[in-house]
Amino acid sequence: MKTPLTHTIRPKEPPLDLSQYRRTGGYRAAELTVGRTAPGDVVDLVKRSGLRGRGGAGFPTGAKWSFVPMGDDAPRPKYFVANADEMEPGAFKDRYLLEGDPHGLIESMILSGYAIGAEVGYIFLRWAYRLAYARLSRAIAEAREAGFLGHDIFGSGHAFDVHIHVSAGRYMCGEETGLLNALEGKRATPRHKPPYPQASGLWGKPTVVNNIETICAVRHIVFHGPDWFRELGANGGAGTKLYAASGKLRQPGVWELPIGTPLGEIIDEHAGGMTSGARFRATLPGGASTEFLTREHWDLPLDFDPVATAGSRLGTGTLIVMDDGTCPVGMVHNLEAFFAMESCGFCTPCREGLPWTAGVLRRLEEGRGRYEDIELLRHHAKLLAPGVTFCALAPGASAPLASALSLFGDDFERHVREGRCPFRAEA
Amino acid sequence: MAALSSAERAEIDAEIAILPDARSASIEALKTVQRHRRWIDDDALGAVAEYLDLSKHELEAIASFYNLLFRKPVGRHVVLVCDSVSCWILGNEAVKQALEDSLGAAFGEVTRDDRFTALPMQCLGACDRGPALMIDEDLHGPVQPADVSELLRRYP
Repeated sequence: MKTPLTHTIRPKEPPLDLSQYRRTGGYRAAELTVGRTAPGDVVDLVKRSGLRGRGGAGFPTGAKWSFVPMGDDAPRPKYFVANADEMEPGAFKDRYLLEGDPHGLIESMILSGYAIGAEVGYIFLRWAYRLAYARLSRAIAEAREAGFLGHDIFGSGHAFDVHIHVSAGRYMCGEETGLLNALEGKRATPRHKPPYPQASGLWGKPTVVNNIETICAVRHIVFHGPDWFRELGANGGAGTKLYAASGKLRQPGVWELPIGTPLGEIIDEHAGGMTSGARFRATLPGGASTEFLTREHWDLPLDFDPVATAGSRLGTGTLIVMDDGTCPVGMVHNLEAFFAMESCGFCTPCREGLPWTAGVLRRLEEGRGRYEDIELLRHHAKLLAPGVTFCALAPGASAPLASALSLFGDDFERHVREGRCPFRAEA
Repeated sequence: MAALSSAERAEIDAEIAILPDARSASIEALKTVQRHRRWIDDDALGAVAEYLDLSKHELEAIASFYNLLFRKPVGRHVVLVCDSVSCWILGNEAVKQALEDSLGAAFGEVTRDDRFTALPMQCLGACDRGPALMIDEDLHGPVQPADVSELLRRYP
């Protein structure tokens, strides 16, 4: 089985119900683990699997879990939160798992929750995912009915239940401490770290927040073992990755592939290449908050370390493809306008700097820009870099801006020289 | 209708029951009121604040923070047009223009017949179906500008 996370998913059909899921071996891993294996052994399996966070940061999942206080004197209750917010522009891979394998997510949450000794699980779900909401709600009800969720799961004496919170919508909810504030009914502003959520998270209790794709790998790691998982990767990577691509492509979509699959293979073989008349120029490899990769990176393995070495971030692994007919200035303006609107306003460089940046880009795109604006933008990308702002939102916003300025400087200058966007038909 | 109805109270109580305290239910409570009344006017905000033992100002700070909590009137159907980068690359500017033309109302306004309010939204997570939009709970995409008026006709 080369594609464990997606092999039962048929996109045009409803997901497996409880009895169908059971027939594929579903809930076996949880049944054999909860109350029968030490929680620390589950953490150890995940550590040895090499699983790294698929939400964008790439932090080793087992290590993240190992900071949770365990034992009888640990604070209670503890919480395990599944981050299904997926508000990153260009990202839609978790939707595929949420709609296609709800019981797989629940079983993996049971195992993850058990590993950290959590009694309560939350799924923090983006509002727009209505179909996922309906399917998850049904699967949770089925799992409760069967005794797989509740006060005494699998007759083990352990309690674990899962609730869904449907977000009221804000990009900051994807940041784990912002998400925790939203779950507590507050504004989704970021919290200071330390203390880290593992020590003091939701309502001050130990909490782990993981991405959906990360969590969905857990039941397969427990069932098949860490070595099996590691070997699913390519070019030195561990496990599979859900890659996705959007833009002017023949077959935009989501594919589960060995992590470390090269960029060019994803675009040519899986996305079917560009639509007629469009030529590949560059791509954001992991959502809006990553640096552009170009033709020279065609053979680059898309895994955390190689992409970082190439000067970008794997992020979510969801490619946003820019073709030669798309204006880089207009594209970056769209991105910065998004980040400006979604800034939570908590710290000044982000609240003030992003709308200002978006305004300068708009002026350039509309043909009212000056040459000094380009230098101003270069300077400003540095003012929003890591370490200057409270959280990662503004540094994320400056990533595509700074790389567009260095790669597509000529296009910025043409907007000033010609007093119009050269990619738009003349009015 | 400032006071909370018994149905609204029952739904809010069900949320409070699974939380450590009432104030943690603030977002769920605002969503509940919006579901019943389309949008959250000042009186409704005050009633929820009183019910959860929050000040109006604390609750307003929360209500005004989230994109999908409406503090202004909206039509019977809400149209969310994805304004995100992939949909932009695929031509959402023309779709947005077609929508404003068909509705005869700008983004954020209620149409004269009270049917629609359109809002730009980043992002709908349907980048493989761009340009995408949602009407109420239904996702549509890819949408061409010429499709817009026919789509709207399905929502009387």
